[in-house]
Amino acid sequence: MAKILALTGDETAAEAMRQINPDVVAAYPITPQTEIVQTYSQFVADGEVDTEMVRVESEHSAMSACIGAAASGARAITATCANGLALMWEILYIAASYRLPIVMSVANRALSGPINIHCDHSDSMGARDSGWIQLYSENCQEIYDSLIQAVKIGENKDVLLPVMVCFDGFIISHSTERIDILEDEEIKNFIGDFKIEHSLLDIDNPVTYGPLDLFDYYFEHKRQQVEAMEKALPVIKEVGKDYGKLSGRDYGLVEKFNMDESDMVIIALGSTAGNIKATIQELKEKGINVGLLKIRAFRPFPQEEVRQALQDKTCVAVMDRAASFGAVGGPVFLEVRSSLYELNKRPQIISYIYGLGGRDVTVEHIKKVVDELSGIKKSGKVENLVNYLGVRE
Amino acid sequence: MKEKSWKEIPIGGLILEAGNAEKYLTGSWRTFRPVLNKEKCTNCLLCWIYCPDSSVIVEEEKTKGFLYSHCKGCGICANVCPFDAIEMIEEAKYRQKQGEQKEGGT
Repeated sequence: MAKILALTGDETAAEAMRQINPDVVAAYPITPQTEIVQTYSQFVADGEVDTEMVRVESEHSAMSACIGAAASGARAITATCANGLALMWEILYIAASYRLPIVMSVANRALSGPINIHCDHSDSMGARDSGWIQLYSENCQEIYDSLIQAVKIGENKDVLLPVMVCFDGFIISHSTERIDILEDEEIKNFIGDFKIEHSLLDIDNPVTYGPLDLFDYYFEHKRQQVEAMEKALPVIKEVGKDYGKLSGRDYGLVEKFNMDESDMVIIALGSTAGNIKATIQELKEKGINVGLLKIRAFRPFPQEEVRQALQDKTCVAVMDRAASFGAVGGPVFLEVRSSLYELNKRPQIISYIYGLGGRDVTVEHIKKVVDELSGIKKSGKVENLVNYLGVRE
Repeated sequence: MKEKSWKEIPIGGLILEAGNAEKYLTGSWRTFRPVLNKEKCTNCLLCWIYCPDSSVIVEEEKTKGFLYSHCKGCGICANVCPFDAIEMIEEAKYRQKQGEQKEGGT
């Protein structure tokens, strides 16, 4: 029988890691991710897991150690956020290009400067072209479920890519929620064993990882990474379905909420999706209908799902918890807008940048977005394409 | 060697064949060329020990010359030679002198 626990987001991540029982965890603490590493090192100290815990001197080393471990055939996991993720930057690309299915929790936090420890998505959004799969979690339960699935997605033979499981720093990482935890044995059976095809430690079949790769083959290796990302789309769906059979909780690339009832849609990822659901329910009682399209997989981007979900809609607001300086709107907005280009009849679209540096986003903010969507629906016009929700003008 | 498509090569930039660096010719990177003076050379083989690219050719414990298809002209051999038996000559000047000779082997 599964058990029910009250855990914070960070503790949930550590609990999922305990059940995955990876061979190697190399990590460095950084707020608000610290409790993951702290809780997990207690599991190691208490002998509850078989993991070799590597206490590295930086995030650059954490990812490097994970790469060494994974290339030898070990299952390797780490966690970080914000400036820690930034310090890992160079090595993120190397993990992805070596095709090593490392799993990493990212407790989303604003990047300096000025220095800030609270939530936004500037850290992981910056890493969106590093070749990692990115799954965003709305709540603690989704952290647990996605970390388990991440192992299976990344290690799939058609994929072989590292996976980031992102969740909102403090908002989720430090909130206590009720979590359904599966049996250790169920998780063990679900993820199976990791068997690498070419281990760095197989002296009978020597292999070189990371040789010089110039104009003659580098491009071909990048093309392979593109293909792996495309293949990850159906794999994320399959693993989500299989996990649903095990847990009763189905997962896909996107989640739809009240979408059939409305021709106005808000798109978001992470914990804000929860705020939007609450707002939608409240407005429903007043006879106002809005749909939510929550993006769970940002990389690879589920273009087909997004297009299908929006093709019959009148207007769409895209919420970004990150600014892409110099771009026209936030990163999610850019992807969504681009996905709609081939449609003959496109919905009106508007971009909202919100919640930077942990600025609170409330039901009132979402209601303001709904009001503006209603205005666009009536007038058929978007007055201001890119908007900053909650900033003092 | 015919270059392969992205579907035909191992993923991750892995090299599965040990020692295949020999097939990757790097001699064209060279701007200075080591030239052996056999009269000064005592066959101490220090150059052979220090060469980072196995480009010093030794036969029957005697220094024979350099593998120019792989020598990148780093000059370590000339630097470690206790007898000044290796001279680093500017490649362009050498070629001018020799006439445009085709690169290959020794």
